Amino acid sequence: MSTRQFGARIERNIDPKLLRGEGVFVDDIPLPQPLHAAFVRSPFARARIRSINIAAAERHPGVAAVYTCDNIGDLDVEMPLLIPHSSMKHPHTQRPLARGDVYYVGQCVAMVVAVNRYVAEDAAALIEVDYDPLDVEIDIEKAVEGGAPLVHADAPNNIAAHFVQVSGNPDEAFAKAEHVVKIRVQVERSTAAPMECRAVAARWDEVSQELTVWDGTQAPISLRGGLASILKLDEDKVRVIAPDVGGGFGQKIMMFHPDELLVPMAAMELGRPVKYIEDRRENFIGASQERTQIHYIELAAKKSGEVIGLKDSFLHDTGAFIPYGIAVAQVASTSIAGPYRIPNIWVEFKAVYTPTVQVTPYRGCGRPQACFAIERAMDQLAEKLGIDRFEIRRRNLIGEKEFPYPREGLLFADGLKVTLDSGQYHKALEMILAELGAANFAAAQQQVRAEGKYLGLGLAFYVEGTGLGPYEGGHVRIHPITGKVYVNTGLSCQGQGHDTVFAQIVADQLGVKPQDVIVVEGDTKAFDWGVATFASRAAVVSGNAIHKTATIVREKTIEAAANMLEADAADIDLHDGAAWVKGSNRFVPLAAVATASNPLRYAFNKAAQAATQFAPASRHDGPPLEEGKAPGLEASDYYSPPCATWAYGVHGALVEVDPELCTVKVNKYVCIHDCGNMINPMIVEGQVHGGVAQGLGGALYERLEFEPSGNLANANFVDFLMPYATEIPDIKVMHLETPSPLNPLGVKGVGEAGCIAVGAVVASAVEDALKPLGAGRFHQVPLTPSMIQAALDRAGR
Amino acid sequence: MKPPLFRYQAPKTLKEAVIALASDPDAMVLAGGQSLLPALNFRLASPSLLVDIQHIDELKGISIAHGQIIVKAMTRHRELELDERVRQANPLIAETMAHVAHIPIRNRGTVVGSLCHADGAAEVPLVLILLGGSVVVEGPSGRREIEADKFFRFHLSTARRRDEIAVEARFPVLPAGSGWAFDELTRRHGDYAIAGVGAVVRLDAGGHANDIRLAACGVASRPIRLLEAEKLLSGTALGEAELKAAGKAAADLVSAPDDMHATNAYRRRVVAALVRRMVAKAAARARTRQ
Ligand SMILES: Cc1cc2nc3c(=O)[nH]c(=O)nc-3n(C[C@H](O)[C@H](O)[C@H](O)COP(=O)(O)OP(=O)(O)OC[C@H]3O[C@@H](n4cnc5c(N)ncnc54)[C@H](O)[C@@H]3O)c2cc1C
Repeated sequence: MSTRQFGARIERNIDPKLLRGEGVFVDDIPLPQPLHAAFVRSPFARARIRSINIAAAERHPGVAAVYTCDNIGDLDVEMPLLIPHSSMKHPHTQRPLARGDVYYVGQCVAMVVAVNRYVAEDAAALIEVDYDPLDVEIDIEKAVEGGAPLVHADAPNNIAAHFVQVSGNPDEAFAKAEHVVKIRVQVERSTAAPMECRAVAARWDEVSQELTVWDGTQAPISLRGGLASILKLDEDKVRVIAPDVGGGFGQKIMMFHPDELLVPMAAMELGRPVKYIEDRRENFIGASQERTQIHYIELAAKKSGEVIGLKDSFLHDTGAFIPYGIAVAQVASTSIAGPYRIPNIWVEFKAVYTPTVQVTPYRGCGRPQACFAIERAMDQLAEKLGIDRFEIRRRNLIGEKEFPYPREGLLFADGLKVTLDSGQYHKALEMILAELGAANFAAAQQQVRAEGKYLGLGLAFYVEGTGLGPYEGGHVRIHPITGKVYVNTGLSCQGQGHDTVFAQIVADQLGVKPQDVIVVEGDTKAFDWGVATFASRAAVVSGNAIHKTATIVREKTIEAAANMLEADAADIDLHDGAAWVKGSNRFVPLAAVATASNPLRYAFNKAAQAATQFAPASRHDGPPLEEGKAPGLEASDYYSPPCATWAYGVHGALVEVDPELCTVKVNKYVCIHDCGNMINPMIVEGQVHGGVAQGLGGALYERLEFEPSGNLANANFVDFLMPYATEIPDIKVMHLETPSPLNPLGVKGVGEAGCIAVGAVVASAVEDALKPLGAGRFHQVPLTPSMIQAALDRAGR
Repeated sequence: MKPPLFRYQAPKTLKEAVIALASDPDAMVLAGGQSLLPALNFRLASPSLLVDIQHIDELKGISIAHGQIIVKAMTRHRELELDERVRQANPLIAETMAHVAHIPIRNRGTVVGSLCHADGAAEVPLVLILLGGSVVVEGPSGRREIEADKFFRFHLSTARRRDEIAVEARFPVLPAGSGWAFDELTRRHGDYAIAGVGAVVRLDAGGHANDIRLAACGVASRPIRLLEAEKLLSGTALGEAELKAAGKAAADLVSAPDDMHATNAYRRRVVAALVRRMVAKAAARARTRQ
């Protein structure tokens, strides 16, 4: 028997290529004599365009074309509202190039296409746009007040969406409460900042009348559908390829960014390949962002600490447009009760237009904000009741036997009822308590305080609805000559290691090495159906689809091999790249089985000779291919999850705060993590590590600094403080594996998990450390030294 | 983020470089490019001519003579940081250089380039001010030496005339028996300082400070000496109370306004703490060197 690959810590198939610099990203595609695009972007957050003068730019040597809203034909429309929802009374999306008005600094006003990017930028600088600037309000609390300048004239109080969800009977719960805590928390605006910025290149083939688009997208199939419909082409005539992609984190799921339409259009019109490689500044000011929310959260509790009700009202900054609908706010609102029983919930949000770049999901997608709100509130309640922070959680966590745990009345982002499917929450809590040495921590704190050192312990629980539908598919085929296995799905990969985990799944079914399973995705010509990579769904949805497909191919293989080996199918086993008669040394290699399953006519080579319908071993009664059978060892199948599956975890940290310098040092960071059955624990850990690093960015460093004018003051890596490796402590990850009952593999998603709890953990720890100095509470992230300084100042320290 | 069009010259001699720089009022010197190239790419600078001085042999190397460490213009940060003679002659320099950016940037960026760039938060200008060094410049009208105190005007502005090339910087060796210390607060490892403080302290036989120099970066539009704090500490045994008072005096010199990385109040707190810590550390080292 081969060893099981599912669950093994095998190295990633993709790494040798990427580490040697042999990856091929959009900018590496060797297009013949491509033209390059550059954009003129609005310097104003809100303005009316009086006129645009492109004459000088058009005359500039090397310029092929200059586009404004006036010469882009059918593209001069508002781009699609991807996810409509009844709570949005005045949904707005942007136009590829501004017409009449601009709504944020960075909005595309004109596009120049030229022989190279230098010339394109020189010419872009020659375009004169006459703006009439308008008043703006970028503070969401002020933006919803009457009289604030409006981003869109038809959206009163700048409200893009207003939505209330109720579970149980929250009013009754609050009436019965013995204690109520209410806090205001705030999470700031940030950005995914993928290592590779966005990129798109396009080529129109005059002969085949086909458009090929290379786009660093998370959603090639969806993008193809959109391009075909907007450019009025047959879906068949549009091929979208997401080659190697340097990180996405949600920013690359959003479509369309203007260039994704304009570059293909220009390639078709100019008859030459066109490419646009977004630079870092453009990524800061032009690509989707996320995070700002202000929550007012209230907990109704009994004296025992049992929380019987929750009310949360929050404002969500959606930027100037809401193309992705209410997804982020909806995920936040349905995650608000976290891992706790809390049977009565009232949660309301207002999505607020601000004259800033649009907000769409960024890794975490509303969960970090919800986690920050509920976890900070739980700490506050613990303090108020004089109950230990671990104990108050212990008393409220959903018990192992209470699953599935539905939250009637709350609909998740997939439109389905929130139902937490499985977990061992109490066990996770005990594990982190032990790993942090929480029992002895107070003594340790006391002891070093004499030396002027301030240690703190923080913790936070999170839940994560993962693996959202509607579906994904898989295609598996055993290659007749090599016996290698080719696998396709409709996703694209941004560095997560799909090629390895999908290979592990298939390897177990077909008895081959994972290295012999070649996963090809991110190409609409490789697989026709699918949705995209987002919402921690690849392993769950594509993983199970590929698993189902692989079991079909396994059956086909066994049946064919049984025939060849003249054995009973029940006696055939697949391992070591071959089909074996159990308990014997009789086998046929998979390549031979695959070849033999194709009754092809011509005998090109030895293997084909054996397979041709004239070969001695062939059946000579009836058609060479039996009715209802297909040639080859190949299958496609699909998986559609019944609803999201809920992963969870608890993070804890030990920190030291220097009250003179107001710095926070994380001495220990622990994650107890459960994403169901793990396909590859090493990849899971990589995801968690990366997520924690990104979470620490949000907890301590990263904040987009919008000036009151709406200008982004830190659109670069000097001033936007993405942490370096040097800022990230060692991260200890400990696993629990509670299978999901919802899918055949028992897996849950892990992509976003790591980043969710970090802000709450850090705030909890810093608060704990500075309690002896009376510094008060920390209800905002990122938590900066200046904020600590201000708190200590207020406390007279 | 592509630079606008510019001409480029890479002379082999200082003389040619001086002529080239003088030939065009919009010409600029290119040294390691670690500050200038980003500025070009952001189109914050648009010189018509770049005079690249990296191939000029007479602008390379470090020498020590007459109590001065002479650092020629094309000396990279990393060379100065790792030079064993420099470490012996003035350990403050190596200790401080380790805080300048990251190793790949120190491999390219030059010490003199950092002085000419004159960022108010940069470490190298602080060292020059703290030690009382100088910069030697050469232009069409000849050579002159400019004292550190006079060299830095304000953020990104120096007493170097546009048509002058800085040919070397002179850092005094550490006075015998002195202790030294430098530390800074950055949000991230290798960033420009929110505030940095350097100290050089010598003690008399009774443990009283008889020579003390303090300087700070990141707190004003240029690196500054903390004269008031020096005065408060000089002649004392550097006790808690004196350190506290000196810290406060230093904090009072913080003129940087609130910015996105730090408030004025926070910078004050940091400078006060760093002054206390650096003086104590330098004094401890002085004790071991007496
Ligand atoms: C990511 C990053 C982080 C950084 N962090 C820090 C930091 O923490 N602390 C810090 O101090 N610096 C930091 N730097 C800046 C770096 O140290 C400076 O770029 C460098 O010191 C300047 O030297 P250079 O040789 O690169 O100068 P260049 O970039 O070539 O030139 C800078 C300026 O000085 C002028 N100039 C240079 N040499 C001469 C000369 N000999 N005569 C006349 N004019 C001259 C140029 O015309 C230009 O105006 C950082 C840079 C980067 C990219």
